[in-house]
Amino acid sequence: MRTIFRPARLLLNLSVLLMAFFILGPILWLAAHAFVSGWQYPHLYPSGFTFTWWSKVFMDSALKTAIKNSLILSPIVVLLSMVICLPAAYAAGRMNYWGRKVFMIGIFSANSFPKIGLFAAIATLYYTLNLMGTFVGVLIIQLLGTIIYMTWIPAAAFASVPRNLEEAARDAGASKFRVFRTITLRMAMPGILVAIVMSFLASFDEAQGSYLVGAPAIYTMPTEMYSLVQNYPIQVAAVFSILLALPSVLLLGLARKHIMGGQLADGFQLK
Amino acid sequence: MMNTKDDMGLELRGLNKILGGRVIIDDLDLSVAKGEMVSLLGPSGCGKTTTLRMIAGFLPVDSGQIMVAGRDVTALGPDKRPSAMVFQNYALWPHMTASKNVAFPLKIKGLSKIEIKEKVEAALELVNLLHHKDSRPGQISGGEQQRVALARALVQEPDILLLDEPLSNLDAKLREKVREDIRELQRRLGITTVIVTHDQEEALSISDRVAVMNSGRIEQFSTPQDLYRQPQTEYVATFIGSLNRFEGNLQDGQIHGGTDVIGIRPEDLTIANEPLEGSHPGIVELVIPRGHFFEVVVRRQDGLFRAFTNENVPTFGEHVHVKIKKALRYQNGKLVA
Repeated sequence: MRTIFRPARLLLNLSVLLMAFFILGPILWLAAHAFVSGWQYPHLYPSGFTFTWWSKVFMDSALKTAIKNSLILSPIVVLLSMVICLPAAYAAGRMNYWGRKVFMIGIFSANSFPKIGLFAAIATLYYTLNLMGTFVGVLIIQLLGTIIYMTWIPAAAFASVPRNLEEAARDAGASKFRVFRTITLRMAMPGILVAIVMSFLASFDEAQGSYLVGAPAIYTMPTEMYSLVQNYPIQVAAVFSILLALPSVLLLGLARKHIMGGQLADGFQLK
Repeated sequence: MMNTKDDMGLELRGLNKILGGRVIIDDLDLSVAKGEMVSLLGPSGCGKTTTLRMIAGFLPVDSGQIMVAGRDVTALGPDKRPSAMVFQNYALWPHMTASKNVAFPLKIKGLSKIEIKEKVEAALELVNLLHHKDSRPGQISGGEQQRVALARALVQEPDILLLDEPLSNLDAKLREKVREDIRELQRRLGITTVIVTHDQEEALSISDRVAVMNSGRIEQFSTPQDLYRQPQTEYVATFIGSLNRFEGNLQDGQIHGGTDVIGIRPEDLTIANEPLEGSHPGIVELVIPRGHFFEVVVRRQDGLFRAFTNENVPTFGEHVHVKIKKALRYQNGKLVA
């Protein structure tokens, strides 16, 4: 083993470690607390290991309902978002029409205001439409938060599919629809997958708006956190946080292969 | 020329195209015989690529007619046309292997799996790429990618093969070999081929006939030899090869003031130490060795002459006699016999 002292290398490794600690530290803290019976200053070690907090979460009907709500809501939100936004993304990415830029910037700027103000305005609208405290009401709120991801990212992905590749497929005898399915959509897929993950997380983590229009009738996992932090032992919140983080980790793991594949760059010889 | 249905390759009749207010193609006619290899040659912006894209069906025509193998395809989309194109940047689908790329057109035709496998392997064999059938485009070289693209086009058994600047993305050494390979393959398969290029050497060496294009029109459509020896317009004469160009009239082997344009190919000049019949004296200003010949620049009283020669090569400053063996005379840009 070579033992040459390389300060730059050492510094890099150190900063990577620091970064990892910075990101993983809070999660480690949560993970530790989810499995201990008590761990408080001035004790250096936890008082004991236990699964009590986990069973508490899964026994508590309010928490169980929140988990169920979240797991039902978010996939529906993502699906609806795809149905609504992907055609718009295709149009924005591929066609040149009047007002295209204004439309895209508009979507972007709607997200640049403090959301709580928008939600308050939406709430008044919801009262007249009888959407307060309903599943559909929460669904719409979460859907709004996904729109920016489901339009901007796929629009860029669609725009970056080389036209030549589609023409080559047309030339080979494929119908327009078939070209879209086998070439365009296929090549935009990494971008769409990213959008799906981002949208899912946006919906899954959305708390402000969901709380405002949903509580007290509909609770999702993030909105349940509010009462959790106030009303339950800290360890229950730790367990719940881990559950909340789980889908993100799983989704990113699944999507990684497809997103990192980098097929788009692969093999297309650019001039 | 009368064509029976059987020997018709491609026929363009009165094509017009205006893009962004600019006339790109201006009443263009072209008739390519079956099995013929034809180049569309011209500088960028002359409309050659637009013409090719209209033949392939990627661009609709404003007016005119496109006939392929005796069939009017003007109204058909690119998927319904009996043409296959090799794109300048090959346009292989990066998410498919070489054999999947080649199989795609057959899959669309609905051939059976066994048939597809057979034809794909035959096509890849044809371009000597069977060993790369499971490679993705990103894993093979540019030249190999081009051969996959060629196999993908040939496997469709098209009535007409369209090549868009097929050599421009290859390095100089590979270019000549690929050029010969394409030509050999085209001859063997007897497939009607239209090739777009801006490189005159490429066009002249690969084609049966060359169509020189200029601002949306065909200036001249003839064999490479005729194009060089008998350029019908001043544009073609200056575009193809090198040319001594003078404004004036030719009398007694000398240029006099006048309104014609005289074009003389460098090899149509004879340089001698002694006076010849019809020669005039001059002084050598430049001698450039060009490998198998020399380029000699001589100043005569009536102008500067550039000659190619490989015998009696004079030296700088020498007094020589230059004789014009053959000259092309143009009036208003058109050749006058």
